[in-house]
Amino acid sequence: MSNAVAALSAQEVQAIRQDFPILDLQVNHKPLVFLDNAASSQMPSAVMSRWQHYHSAQHANIHRAVHYLSETATAEYEAARQKVQQFIGAAEAREIIFTSGTTESINLVAHSYGRSTLQAGDEIILTTLEHHSNIVPWQMVAEACGAKIRVVPINDQGEVDVDAYRCLFNAKTRIVGLTHVSNALGTINPVREMVAIAHQHGAVVLVDGAQAAPHLALNVQELDCDFYVFSGHKLCGPTGVGVLYGRAALLEAMPPYKGGGDMILTVTFERTTYAPIPAKFEAGTPAIGAVITLGAALDYLSNIGMNRIAAYEAQLLRCATNRLAAMPGVRLIGTATHKAAVLSFTVDGVHPHDLGSLLNDDGVAIRTGHHCAQPVMQRYGIAATCRASFAFYNTEAEIDVLAESVARVQLLFS
Amino acid sequence: MDSRQLYQEMILEHNKKPRNWGLLEQSTHRSEGVNPLCGDHIFLSLRMADDRVEAVGFSGESCAICKASASMMTSLIKGRQRHEAEQMVQEFRDMTTGKLDPAAPHHLGRLTVFAGVRDLPTRVKCAVLPWHTLHAALAGADVTSTE
Repeated sequence: MSNAVAALSAQEVQAIRQDFPILDLQVNHKPLVFLDNAASSQMPSAVMSRWQHYHSAQHANIHRAVHYLSETATAEYEAARQKVQQFIGAAEAREIIFTSGTTESINLVAHSYGRSTLQAGDEIILTTLEHHSNIVPWQMVAEACGAKIRVVPINDQGEVDVDAYRCLFNAKTRIVGLTHVSNALGTINPVREMVAIAHQHGAVVLVDGAQAAPHLALNVQELDCDFYVFSGHKLCGPTGVGVLYGRAALLEAMPPYKGGGDMILTVTFERTTYAPIPAKFEAGTPAIGAVITLGAALDYLSNIGMNRIAAYEAQLLRCATNRLAAMPGVRLIGTATHKAAVLSFTVDGVHPHDLGSLLNDDGVAIRTGHHCAQPVMQRYGIAATCRASFAFYNTEAEIDVLAESVARVQLLFS
Repeated sequence: MDSRQLYQEMILEHNKKPRNWGLLEQSTHRSEGVNPLCGDHIFLSLRMADDRVEAVGFSGESCAICKASASMMTSLIKGRQRHEAEQMVQEFRDMTTGKLDPAAPHHLGRLTVFAGVRDLPTRVKCAVLPWHTLHAALAGADVTSTE
């Protein structure tokens, strides 16, 4: 799809960079080269201003009072829900639940849907590529319910083995947890195909979109997944807010995850009746300002165009891949045919943490470690990788700085 | 501080050619040290005789700072009494948290090359892990963690 769309031009990217004050920062007297976007991306001024405007002119608690500010805050909060609905192509706004982030979204599904439906002997399928946040909640629930977790292997390129995946299904399979894009390797999974296979076997599918939402044009109805989860802070938005999309019929049937205010219809000490979705899953005062600010971040990204962002980031990935692959002693980890702009690598004779520290001297920010994906590291027989992850405000000149800095470290260790 | 200042020749050399590399076949004390945040993972074995470190060996997978710290530590403690080794553990910890002035009297010898980590909070644990592990081994603990 992105091939039909023009990538951002170099001039457009230079203009976009002006929107991000942090990109002017000097680190160790060098211009910041921020290549840790998979962990958290930076925020443009317009999005920061939205937070300020909300707290300057619109803040009060939502869904409560009849005064002006409460009505305004409620309207803006619900408008953000509609922006999310449009951003991911959901059928209805009430299918969007605001959470504190991807991790809470997954925990909500695991503890509400999982605990209420899983029985002893039932099976959950996860892939080797999952982030710990899409493993541990399922392990907790599996232990509580007597369910079993089965794991889809990956090949040497870091691609899920779809045939092996198909073979894991049986009459006991209930839930599939599947990352859309691997945070450690960048692999884009064939989600639509994998969802279809799961549905043929009557399983529901949760897709972890934390790394996909910032990089790909999304349509949850096309993917046909049952749940889709992601975080605001990887989308140029604030920390502390995330999204759970769920099919209305599933969310309606699920028990509440947390009890409290705003999620009830009536409360007596004998019996409480719950509010309809989405309120049923938004107990207590939510992160109102962060939700509204996330809405502004989605506007910002949509104005640029997710397809154009994806096309430009594909160029960046190609450039970085070619550049690093040509360096002796550099080994790329994860070379899937379909990848988002994440480049994991190791350097012979240099531990990733040493490389990360020394790159920081040159102002280059990358992530080093196991990336909360230890099963992926185990698959490759390594403890850690270096990971450069790109956003649409990065440039090919920054990739040059990365490569030159890596070469200097190699020289130091030679 | 620029981390490049920490990666001095001595540290790079010990990283490349660690001393006392490999676990002892016959040991009296063993421990395993883990830094769960960065993945440094080392194993240390000691053979104590008359409360003295008769032999010491280590292995594992870690960054250069951790490996060089372990290499230089093992060279330093070999032949020392238990209480001397324990004192060095305390001095090294104090140096990396800025409580010990490397210019003042101490027993760390050339390990003052690690004094600079006190200005690199993300790397302090790498340098200290072997010392935590030594402390745990002497205390009879199997596993220690920087957390």
